Amino acid sequence: MAKQGVDPDELTQPFWDAANEQRLVIQNCVDCDRLQHPPSNTCRDCDDGGALEWKQVSGRGTIYNYGVVHDCPVRLLQEDQPFNLAVIMLDDDPGIQMYSHLPGVPVDDVPVGAAVEVIFEPSANGQLVPEWRVIDG
Amino acid sequence: MTTPTAPDSMYRNDEGLGIWEHRGKVAAVGVGHAPTSRRWDGRPETCVGAITIDALRKAIDDAGVAPDQIDGLVVVPVTTTGAFWEAGKPLPMDVIQSFNQTDDPLDGIAKLSAEWLLKNMPELTNVNFTMYGPGCMSNALNVTAQAVGDGLTHTCLVVKSWHNFEGRYYQGGANAGAALPGTPAITQLWGGPASYSTALQFAEYCRKYGKTHEMMAPFMENSRRNGLRFPEGYWAQHRPEELGPEDYLASRWIAKPANLFDNDIPIMMSGAYLFSTAERAADMKQKPVYILNHASSNTRPRSLLPTLDEVEADTARTGRKIYEGAGITADDLSFENMYDGFSLFHQFHLEGLGYRGIKFGEALDFYQTDISIEGPNPVSPSGGNVGSGRSRVWMHTDCIQQLQGRAGARQVTGVKPEVGVSGGPMPLGGNYTVWSASPD
Repeated sequence: MAKQGVDPDELTQPFWDAANEQRLVIQNCVDCDRLQHPPSNTCRDCDDGGALEWKQVSGRGTIYNYGVVHDCPVRLLQEDQPFNLAVIMLDDDPGIQMYSHLPGVPVDDVPVGAAVEVIFEPSANGQLVPEWRVIDG
Repeated sequence: MTTPTAPDSMYRNDEGLGIWEHRGKVAAVGVGHAPTSRRWDGRPETCVGAITIDALRKAIDDAGVAPDQIDGLVVVPVTTTGAFWEAGKPLPMDVIQSFNQTDDPLDGIAKLSAEWLLKNMPELTNVNFTMYGPGCMSNALNVTAQAVGDGLTHTCLVVKSWHNFEGRYYQGGANAGAALPGTPAITQLWGGPASYSTALQFAEYCRKYGKTHEMMAPFMENSRRNGLRFPEGYWAQHRPEELGPEDYLASRWIAKPANLFDNDIPIMMSGAYLFSTAERAADMKQKPVYILNHASSNTRPRSLLPTLDEVEADTARTGRKIYEGAGITADDLSFENMYDGFSLFHQFHLEGLGYRGIKFGEALDFYQTDISIEGPNPVSPSGGNVGSGRSRVWMHTDCIQQLQGRAGARQVTGVKPEVGVSGGPMPLGGNYTVWSASPD
């Protein structure tokens, strides 16, 4: 599915740069050693807003949940309706979620709980975007 | 006058705060609603500012208060249903010139400031307290109750309005663009519609507890039935259609398992109330409805979407806060009017409250019993957004009117209306009010 392009901003530049190198990085608080996603300018758990770093993660996870989108507000995706939209929980920290269209998985036939691994797909302006595919077997 | 946004200190976010210090000392009296419409027709007299003035004047008249006795105004400044005035679109100068303007030409058209209202309601000569309650009426009510209790204002109007323009909900703007900025791209590239998060929580709920989407049908039918008895509401005014199980379940999906009717219909509307101290309210035209407590949740999910575990933990916490501050238990509730827009999360609110003793995973079974206004266990007697369109206001109006005994065809008859609770919006993050026919 062709996604809109991405214009990285100051906050997310490291995330998108890593994606272009086919690496998945997630913000991590140096003080409380806790991942957070989506990214933010400060740690959401430290009262004094702990220092943040970008930490490479394994790129493995499980399908936590999904819905089937039949009426999408994003114009570019409307021609692909209906499509799966799943939430992936990272193996590195099952509290951290990422979205996926689950390429290759039939619509509304999503194996909740299945293992997945990250892949990177080009968006409309060439920026690579993390996606997830089911690991066979 | 510069209007501040309510500070965090106005809200009761924590457990363990004890009985609300102003319990029973603040009352709602007047109610005012403007006529609803599906979308703005472009006329000055139907713009969001104009309908807000209409609702406010009706609330004042309903309370029987002279306008110069009003010294406070709490406003929700955001009025969009998801429709925005597109950049570059010509301004409606005929509308703008019909009102006294602020520095923002879209004030009164696509947003609403307290300053704009005061400039266009010259009868409000003594308002010296204004404040913004962001988001929705539930928030603004908490602010108003606390402000009156704290003595910042003694007779205060509170209003929430919505504008809806041509075009499809949340389409256009960034969603129609070729690229997104990096930060919103992390959450928006995948194209989940507004009800997607709730749909996923509902899906998880069904998997965990062995429930189905079909089990929502009695709730939807009951809500529309109640909404059709709400003369101020959109469906009653424009499309008096019942919503039986066949129609509900045959509706197209938006984000399966959320279908069209699980998404509330965006409309133009305005609802206003007049609050006062219990002492002053005693002499007003309508019976006072006393505020026993207000409570809030500012919990955020750990990551992109709230999990079912996070939802259940927070609704339970919210229930405890509601009861603790009001000095009541679930057994004291005559009815509940928790938020329902989207319909698929109403059960989370019910279970968090422990309404009629129901526990996690039991609400959809409860929906299969008598939840009508004639029965002993009324669920959403307002009909909520399902029954009257997107406002996040009906539930509050209904609590006031039920306890005043003037809910008309919606009046609960299977229980004596003594205490009600309303609020929302989302199960994680919301504001709640406990209403009572008696200050005790």
